[in-house]
Amino acid sequence: MLQFPPWKIWLVSVICALGVLFALPNVIGKSTLDSLPSWLPHNQVSLGLDLRGGVYLLLQVDTDAYVSDRMAVVEEDMRRILRDERISVEVPNTRDGVLTMRLRKPEDATRAQELLQDVSEGVDVSVSDEGTVTATLTEKGRDDGLSDAVDRALEVIGRRINETGVREPIVQRQGTDRILVQVPGLENPEELKDILGQTAKLTFRLVNTETDINAALNGQVPIGSELLYGEGDDAPYVVSKRIMVSGESLTGAQAAFDQGRPVVSFSFDTAGARRFCDATSENVGRPMAIVLDDKVISAPRINGAICGGRGIITGNFTVAETNRLALLLRAGALPVPMSIVEERTVGPSLGADSIRAGEIAAIIGFVAVVVFMLGAYGLFGIFANVALLANIILILGAMSLLQATLTLPGIAGIVLTVGMAVDANVLIFERIREEMANGRTPFNAVDTGFKRAMTTIVDSNLTTILAAGLLFGLGSGPVRGFGVTLAIGIVTSMFTAIMVTRLQAVLWLRRKRPQTLPL
Amino acid sequence: MRLLRLVPATPHIPFMRWHKLALGLSCLSLLGSIVAFAVLGINFGIDFKGGTLIEVRTAQTADLPTMRNNLNGLGLGDVSLQEFGADDDVLIRVPLQSGEGEDIQQAAVVKVQEALDEAFPGIEYRRVEFVGPQVSGELIEKGVIAVVVAVVFMMAYVWLRFEWQFGVGAVLALIHDVVATIGLFCLTQIDFDLPVVAALLTIVGYSMNDTVVVYDRIRENLRKYKQESMAAVVDRSLNETLSRTVNTALTTLLALFALYIFGGEVIAPFVLAMIWGVVVGTYSSVFIGAPFLLYLRPVRRTESGDEKADGEADPGTVQR
Repeated sequence: MLQFPPWKIWLVSVICALGVLFALPNVIGKSTLDSLPSWLPHNQVSLGLDLRGGVYLLLQVDTDAYVSDRMAVVEEDMRRILRDERISVEVPNTRDGVLTMRLRKPEDATRAQELLQDVSEGVDVSVSDEGTVTATLTEKGRDDGLSDAVDRALEVIGRRINETGVREPIVQRQGTDRILVQVPGLENPEELKDILGQTAKLTFRLVNTETDINAALNGQVPIGSELLYGEGDDAPYVVSKRIMVSGESLTGAQAAFDQGRPVVSFSFDTAGARRFCDATSENVGRPMAIVLDDKVISAPRINGAICGGRGIITGNFTVAETNRLALLLRAGALPVPMSIVEERTVGPSLGADSIRAGEIAAIIGFVAVVVFMLGAYGLFGIFANVALLANIILILGAMSLLQATLTLPGIAGIVLTVGMAVDANVLIFERIREEMANGRTPFNAVDTGFKRAMTTIVDSNLTTILAAGLLFGLGSGPVRGFGVTLAIGIVTSMFTAIMVTRLQAVLWLRRKRPQTLPL
Repeated sequence: MRLLRLVPATPHIPFMRWHKLALGLSCLSLLGSIVAFAVLGINFGIDFKGGTLIEVRTAQTADLPTMRNNLNGLGLGDVSLQEFGADDDVLIRVPLQSGEGEDIQQAAVVKVQEALDEAFPGIEYRRVEFVGPQVSGELIEKGVIAVVVAVVFMMAYVWLRFEWQFGVGAVLALIHDVVATIGLFCLTQIDFDLPVVAALLTIVGYSMNDTVVVYDRIRENLRKYKQESMAAVVDRSLNETLSRTVNTALTTLLALFALYIFGGEVIAPFVLAMIWGVVVGTYSSVFIGAPFLLYLRPVRRTESGDEKADGEADPGTVQR
């Protein structure tokens, strides 16, 4: 009867002591914490973005843009192969990711099929007997390509964020085509969005000066050129599609000043420098367009060959803009355009308010429950309240130890656990009352009460753990945090409500040996 | 010390005599929920509808009419404004923009912020939440799946631990709670967002917890009082567990009300859903989960009987 061997007493005490030890860093000041010896735990509960403030962004690859970029490359390759074999074709046409072009001579069909068979991995090519070539990106080809693009985008975004110098950023891949970015405590989220939202594809290309700009505006753009507009002033330019050098060849970029104006200076790698040198020396006197994401930043005249592998980009810039452009050029272009599909930004003041409100609610909820338990169960209520306090300490300790994220719904989860944690004790105490009414002695009633209530407690708590597990699976961010605290809270509450309460009850019974229970 | 007893030591409330009335009431409330759902519909928040939510704090008391005028002049559709907790706190909702391209959504947010910066210097952005159309669709899907999986898991669990009749009864109670909670949100038109789904899952967990406690006692008493009718056993079990049912609901509600009153505006809808869920969940385990056993007629076993030995079952002792 009332077995509670010494080792169990020790176990319960040690677990509670560990809880206190791990929870402690949360209540003592930062300076005290730093002065503690290093073997003591230092981890505080890590706060979610909704409590500490910050930006959560979900970026998604523009699949359509990826497919059309990819098909443009395929088109280029196919035409080159056919040209080399002197097979002539009509102008190709790409719609919804399916490229079609007609061979001028249908009798070339078999040879064309042979030549184009393996034009690009993941692309299916078929040539009909009438001489129609159809190229489609297979599902696998598209998914593999996208996945690869997302991997590269992940690196680029990581570099961009690191360049901005923010602390503790999280950049993660989500599913097949998304990237999750979390930056805590950011003052200016708009800037981050600007930096991440831009593809930053830089190209140097010649301006086509042989066409009439008005004809181009009326839709008569020569083949091999395209109509682009100036950044800011929307001036039209007819620009060659041929790229002299692209941003991939850059080795560095810095914000600088040229004759008092903010500019971006850059340097090329060896191959890029040679190509730039060749291109500029062949085209002295002609304007060269500096194109960023299909917008012409500026189109300076080439005054002479530029062979030093260095140059500057002029434009209508402010200092902030040159800083940003230089950062983007250093970090590299995104392999595919990405757009923000979800954003959650919480300002620091709201986060602080939420913490304060959560704390107040938690304390008031705790006090209310403690008072009720005392009123309803007297001395046993005190036992339960001690267990409840131990429970909160254990939750804090476990969360600090596991580095689980505490969110605003997570605080709600803790408060809810406070309310629900006493359930186990309520079950036990009610059962003890019943057993006493059945005429058992105090010792016997307490023992049977604990034993009988046990299965019910386990059964009923398992259901809530199931729900908490699903919450963890369902949730991103705050909701997930709720699932975590709820699950931890249930586990710790089962321990405290059963073991800690029981320990107190047993010790009290042994010391007092009462004839009746004050219950 | 005299202890507070909300429920007398040995209550004799004839629950089963009232159970038809309770079932009728439940049917009515479910019908009401369905009607509210059909007529008013769920007022989905941006998590499920997509769009942008901006919480701002103005330097002085917020001039809502001017702000409304400014923002509705931007041509971004029906921008709604709402005071949020304090008179200098405003919640702005911008609907999803129709049109091509992804950047159009972000451009709308920028437009709103520029207009606000100009008209209200010193305005502070407390929160900006934007959910694009693809994401909101997925969140709906995930939310529905989570709730359905939760209900199925609970049924499977109760089925394993008890018998299928209990599983069905428990799930009926759960469905009742979920429908009634959704009904409340239809009726009040409070924003139905992702945290509310989290609350629904918690309600499922809580209600199940409550039901399991009652079922545990019914199972125990079915073995103990073999001569009693099913109705009498259910009544006895409900009365024996009543004190626990009331006290646990009370402590949970105490904690939840503290959260509702002091926890801030952001989680208020979430907490409201849980408060309602605890009330409904407690009601349903007493008035739905338990009475349904009368109709489902679980097989009764002898006290010493092996739980798996169906041959010992004697359905004849089951009485209405």
